[in-house]
Amino acid sequence: MKKYGISFAVASALILSGCGGEKKEEPKSEAPAPAAAPVDEASAATINGKVAFSGTKPAMRNISMDATPACARAHQTPPKSEEVIVNDNGTLRYTFVWVKAGVPDRQWPAPSGPAQLDQLGCIYRPHMLGVRAGQDIEITNSDPTNHNIHPLPKVNREWNESQPPKGEKKVKQFPREEVMIAVKCNVHPWMRSWIGVVNHPFFAVTGEDGTFTIKGLPPGEYTLEAWHEKFGAKEVKVTVGAKESKAVDFEFKG
Amino acid sequence: MNHPWLHRYALLLAACTLFLVVAGALVTSNDAGLSVPDWPLSYGKLMPEMEGGIFWEHGHRMVATTVGLLTIGLAIWIARVERRRWMKQLAWTALAAVVAQGLLGGMTVLFLLPKPVSISHACHAQLFFSTTVAIALFTSAAWRRGGRAVEDSGLHGLAIAVAASVFLQLALGAAARHQALGVLPHVLGAVLATGMVLWLVVRVLIRHADHDQLRKPALALLAIVVAQVFLGIGAYMSRIATLDAPQPMPVMVAFTVAHVAVGALTLAVSILLAIQIFRYVRRPEAELVAQSVTA
Repeated sequence: MKKYGISFAVASALILSGCGGEKKEEPKSEAPAPAAAPVDEASAATINGKVAFSGTKPAMRNISMDATPACARAHQTPPKSEEVIVNDNGTLRYTFVWVKAGVPDRQWPAPSGPAQLDQLGCIYRPHMLGVRAGQDIEITNSDPTNHNIHPLPKVNREWNESQPPKGEKKVKQFPREEVMIAVKCNVHPWMRSWIGVVNHPFFAVTGEDGTFTIKGLPPGEYTLEAWHEKFGAKEVKVTVGAKESKAVDFEFKG
Repeated sequence: MNHPWLHRYALLLAACTLFLVVAGALVTSNDAGLSVPDWPLSYGKLMPEMEGGIFWEHGHRMVATTVGLLTIGLAIWIARVERRRWMKQLAWTALAAVVAQGLLGGMTVLFLLPKPVSISHACHAQLFFSTTVAIALFTSAAWRRGGRAVEDSGLHGLAIAVAASVFLQLALGAAARHQALGVLPHVLGAVLATGMVLWLVVRVLIRHADHDQLRKPALALLAIVVAQVFLGIGAYMSRIATLDAPQPMPVMVAFTVAHVAVGALTLAVSILLAIQIFRYVRRPEAELVAQSVTA
């Protein structure tokens, strides 16, 4: 019996120590960039455009919230999945558009305040969010039920925390650039949000009109990427001159 | 000495363990593995509000606790009444295994489903279930009665190879389920394991159809494997058909959980058949003599 006890203790210790090695370290922030300098408004350029959808418009699937009455009660009719939303004007909602390459290596002005992520009616709001690396994200649970917030980053540290009904706000950051990070709630498996974490302020999320505007870019040559959770990513090269406003459209096929 | 109530208790433990495998499969299929971020408590409580994914995850923990307590009871009971030393050792090993399984389960939660730990948790569950089935067999009156021995050459090695191929197949399934591997190795493993099982079953049925202790588990294994192949196809097709769904769909969950549970049965019965073969099948005299001469 003693022999078995010792063997078990050793095996458990080995398993535990091995598993400890799996835990990801908190990524260290990148080396500090040159000091913040205001964008030269006189020469700043703008890129705007739209994300079009072509092909058969996919049906938006109903979400069944029957397993959690507190969630079901929040909706008169079953809510729809927000994975693919084609707007009335044929554009695509919830596409993350950002300047992937070409942005000068400098420290950009800090964001004005924390980004907001709410859990309301057992749906993450907004469905897609763009933040700056290191920016505070205030996470709220406005529902009368428990949620767990579980981002699934590849570059930043993964975490999983519960948030009780109408509990205190959580404030989190992702220190490294990463496009995109899925955020799940395992209590309610239909809940999903996407967070794009970018080192600079040149990003946008398409909304009800499917358009985007990226302002304040220094003149230069850039790679612009549009990312959609269902249809993947598309890139275009774009060159903007001083004060120039350039239109760039993307198209995803269904 | 027979202990019919000990045998019934062992059967109860085996049944509860199969239910535990089902409960665990429901957690994974409902994507609820991390719906309770803390362990060993759930939301800091012994009994959280059972809603959504918490129902599956905390329910799994409750069934696991029951199985753990039943295993403690079994180990103590066997230690008190059994004369067979190896049975006592097996019972204590089962207890150590269920504790280790609990720790693995806790680590999957605390370390956010690391693939090696999650796959080990899944595979270990199957092995523990097979252990409880073996204990039920060893405590049965039929085991104590014994039976006649028969001669056969090469059946022992084949029986071990079959059990090993089934376990490998379960491990590949767990790896696919936890996204460490694609589904292709599991499909290829299914071909291998099914072929191995058919080879063993056909051989047992052709040569030892009149031997109850061999024929019955062989037929059971055949029936289970046929069901398992269809369940596997169902699980795959239902997963493909519901890929676009915003949440795990009941049809996919049902097929997948049944596939996991019948997989556990496949391993248990293949091990049970191997045990019976080792007990009742002797290698032919001539082969043994030749072997000793060579030695």
